[in-house]
Amino acid sequence: MTGKIIGISGPTVQVDLKGLKLYERVYVGHAMLTGEVVRLVENRAIIQVYEDTHGLGVGEPVKGAGMPLTVRLGAGIISSMFDGLQRPLERLRDEMGPFISIGREMKALDYTRKWRFLPLREKGDEIAPGESIGFIEEGAFRHFITGGNDSNKKLSRIAEGHISLDEPFGEFEDGKEIMGCFEWPVRVPRPYRRKFSPSEALVTGQRSIDLLFPLARGGTAILPGGFGTGKTILEQSIAKFADVDIVVYAGCGERGNEMAEMIEEFQTLKDPRTGRPLMERTILVVNTSNMPVAAREASIYTAVTMAEYYRDMGYHVLFLADSISRWAEALREISSALEEMPAEEGYPTYLSSRLSGFIERAGVVETLNGAIGSLSMVLSVSPPGGDFTEPVTQACLRTSGVFLMLDTSLAHRRHFPAINWFQSYSLYSKEATSHYRDRVSQEWEKLYYRCKEILQKEETLREIAEIIGIEGLQDTDRLLMRTAEMVRSDFLSQNSYTEDAFSPPEKTCAIIKGILDFYDQAAGKLKEGLTLEKVLRAQEE
Amino acid sequence: MRLSEYRYRTISSLAGSLLFVRRVFSARIGEVIRVLSPDGRVMVGEVLRIEGETILVEVYGETTGLDLEHTTVVFTDCVRKAPLSPEIIGRVFNGSFEPIDGAPMFIPEKQSPVTGFPINPSARARPDEFIETGFSVIDGLNTLVKGQKLPIFSCSGLPSKEMVAGILTNARLTEKEKGFIVVFAALGLTFHEYSFYMKVLEEMKTGFVAFANMADKPVMERLLTPRFALTVAEYLAFEKGMDILVIITDMTNYCDALREISTSREELPGRRGYPGYMYSDLASLFERAGRIKGMKGSVTMLPVVTMPEDDITHPIPDLTGYITEGQIVLSRELHQINIFPPVDVLPSLSRLMQKGIGAGRTREDHREIANHLYKYYARGRDLRRLEAIVGRDGMTKGDILMLDFADTFESEFINQGTFRRSIDETLNKGLDLMKRFALESL
Repeated sequence: MTGKIIGISGPTVQVDLKGLKLYERVYVGHAMLTGEVVRLVENRAIIQVYEDTHGLGVGEPVKGAGMPLTVRLGAGIISSMFDGLQRPLERLRDEMGPFISIGREMKALDYTRKWRFLPLREKGDEIAPGESIGFIEEGAFRHFITGGNDSNKKLSRIAEGHISLDEPFGEFEDGKEIMGCFEWPVRVPRPYRRKFSPSEALVTGQRSIDLLFPLARGGTAILPGGFGTGKTILEQSIAKFADVDIVVYAGCGERGNEMAEMIEEFQTLKDPRTGRPLMERTILVVNTSNMPVAAREASIYTAVTMAEYYRDMGYHVLFLADSISRWAEALREISSALEEMPAEEGYPTYLSSRLSGFIERAGVVETLNGAIGSLSMVLSVSPPGGDFTEPVTQACLRTSGVFLMLDTSLAHRRHFPAINWFQSYSLYSKEATSHYRDRVSQEWEKLYYRCKEILQKEETLREIAEIIGIEGLQDTDRLLMRTAEMVRSDFLSQNSYTEDAFSPPEKTCAIIKGILDFYDQAAGKLKEGLTLEKVLRAQEE
Repeated sequence: MRLSEYRYRTISSLAGSLLFVRRVFSARIGEVIRVLSPDGRVMVGEVLRIEGETILVEVYGETTGLDLEHTTVVFTDCVRKAPLSPEIIGRVFNGSFEPIDGAPMFIPEKQSPVTGFPINPSARARPDEFIETGFSVIDGLNTLVKGQKLPIFSCSGLPSKEMVAGILTNARLTEKEKGFIVVFAALGLTFHEYSFYMKVLEEMKTGFVAFANMADKPVMERLLTPRFALTVAEYLAFEKGMDILVIITDMTNYCDALREISTSREELPGRRGYPGYMYSDLASLFERAGRIKGMKGSVTMLPVVTMPEDDITHPIPDLTGYITEGQIVLSRELHQINIFPPVDVLPSLSRLMQKGIGAGRTREDHREIANHLYKYYARGRDLRRLEAIVGRDGMTKGDILMLDFADTFESEFINQGTFRRSIDETLNKGLDLMKRFALESL
């Protein structure tokens, strides 16, 4: 089925092709650019092209692929780096050189590589939908192979030993072969049996997050902040140290140098829990700001589908996107090329429903195989001018559980992570705090409340101190100011370039406890009638 | 490839620099066209949009005098390309890549599309090699490294021009390595600025490639000039193995040109009337900076942005800051008290500095000196507010010391006039300051 291009405007192309389906994948022009059908009008179709349309001409052929935009799921995804259309960037580089020219298709997975397959079931066994028949050893992970999601079937044959991905791993009695990899449409969430509400804390190793604004496995967090507030560094720190099995990091419309730096670091840094290089648990999807805009829109779906795939094997997966604003801007650009009616700031009206549909792909689930897996999300937001009332931040706020507001003034004071402790919140506080209470310290909850209290009191005192000067305050108040200063500089700040970059919950607990103990002792002495100076001197000695 | 050239006299409408051509058989997006005006002038344009047989074309030249009946449009079947050759070094061109230094055009070795191709992120090498600009406040506290893009955020009336001139003449790599080639693109230049920069370039003699787009040139050319400059930079860097510093001034003029053209195309405006795709468009320029694994050269970028109304949250500096790896912010207050370069240290930042300094790059004690200077100066600046409320007499001795330090830091470390300081001199200056105020022990 081939048609011809009849019009081009930015990243959208019109073709005179009948019989296409909505959201079907198409190949555009002689260069075979990848596109997706976004609108059908009588005998024309409008196509969103995922690559640079420069040099594309009218009359060039367009071909339907007969299926929607998909990702290829199978062994070999972990520790790879893909672009927004799941082209393997490393192999692309080896073949084409350092620059990405257009219209180059390349299989996401390596078919020449042989994997060791260990069967779990035997010939004649009945296999339920989503049930695994065996696994491949993919690095440190067991990569489970399932027999597909349709219905109960009997195995007539099962392979064993070293197999490449394009060979069948087994066969059902009805003749259907079980392959090691398959295609899955990116815009369709992968199925599971049921979903649970997040109840377990997700340890990030960031003290301010773990104590004050805890994340949960299967939960979602957003971190909005103006430029220079350290969004990317915080995202990367979480990606490095979060207590999950697999990390999927989507660099969506951000800097290329940053990605180069990250790759290098992830190859050398070791996972604090397993001792293996971080890259061995990481999947990167990179669509830098100068790569095509439409592919940027697709990139987060590509990434999240791969994340769901590993969740379905019963792993805890963390998905990070930097930044979701760039995705929203890509959506806006495409919408405007389609001449849709804009809503606030030119964003399409469906921005918030698309975004919530996406964020809802997170969660703790019981997989079809009966295992428990989770997909957590941490999304950074880049509000223009640092203004949090803009549409993308607001749309994110409605569906996410943790709000970590990054503060420009804290960043200017070089207080990192620049998480504002008054504006940020976590809806998982209750579940997460009791999780930490049971596993780390009985006092966790008390420490959490006291830490918040001190910071709150300091704020009130600071206003007074600014008028009358700090010397004019009472000793008890000055002690509180002093303690809050310690909380800020010794507890909340964390240098991501040093050993301190990762703080296990035990250390987090010990530091805040130490500060509060100091406060209690000093406050006791003040009550006995000593002056603050004396108390402090005594403490120092 | 089309075998013959197509000429059309089927222009259906003309408005500003846009024209619609009807009944066109074959055209490509971005295809270069030539417009022959009735009075014999030849202009260049580009295909913007194709709807069936109607083509929307943007003309780069002055469209006065065009008509519907006699104007001819020629389709060339190729996208916009830049002529390239090593002989380009030392030459000055206008915004349309025509020599304006009196010498004839060079013979190109090759032609490359001006939009370039994105660097594969997995092929990028991490930027970590120090570049010395000669300004203490940049080298010491906001270090520039090879492959970085670090903009200067200026305000109208501040001496960003003099700073650029300083960097143009003083920037070099480490002691041993030779200096590099500066590719200089001036956008929307007034004649006054033009003659200033030409004088600077004349004194430099060679080691540069310059593009000057004058303020009275059509705005379309302003969008093209930086792309020519970057195509030249990429060619010299990644094909000839040179280290290139690209200085673009002033990106605010570029963004205004982008807005003007977007409006004339009747696109939906975003914030403050700037098009919604301005982020992607700026990124398509800035992201061309970088280094590539296994290759010798590098492209480093130093764009100048004038913040309208001194507002750093204005879309132009805002979007720039989101793309670049840090920013150098100039301050009106420092300029008022005659400090040059008037760089405000607190909001300035070089994100890639950490990897580019220290032993083997600059000096072992660099990081420590920079951190201390920043910390003390920030404290001093903070205390100035308190001083305004309670007065100097009401402050502790330690606080007064910090205030004095902040003043001295501004007048001696930041302020250096047009003299060049090497990185050693910069760091010694910093150490000296800390010693004088006995600050090491703090």
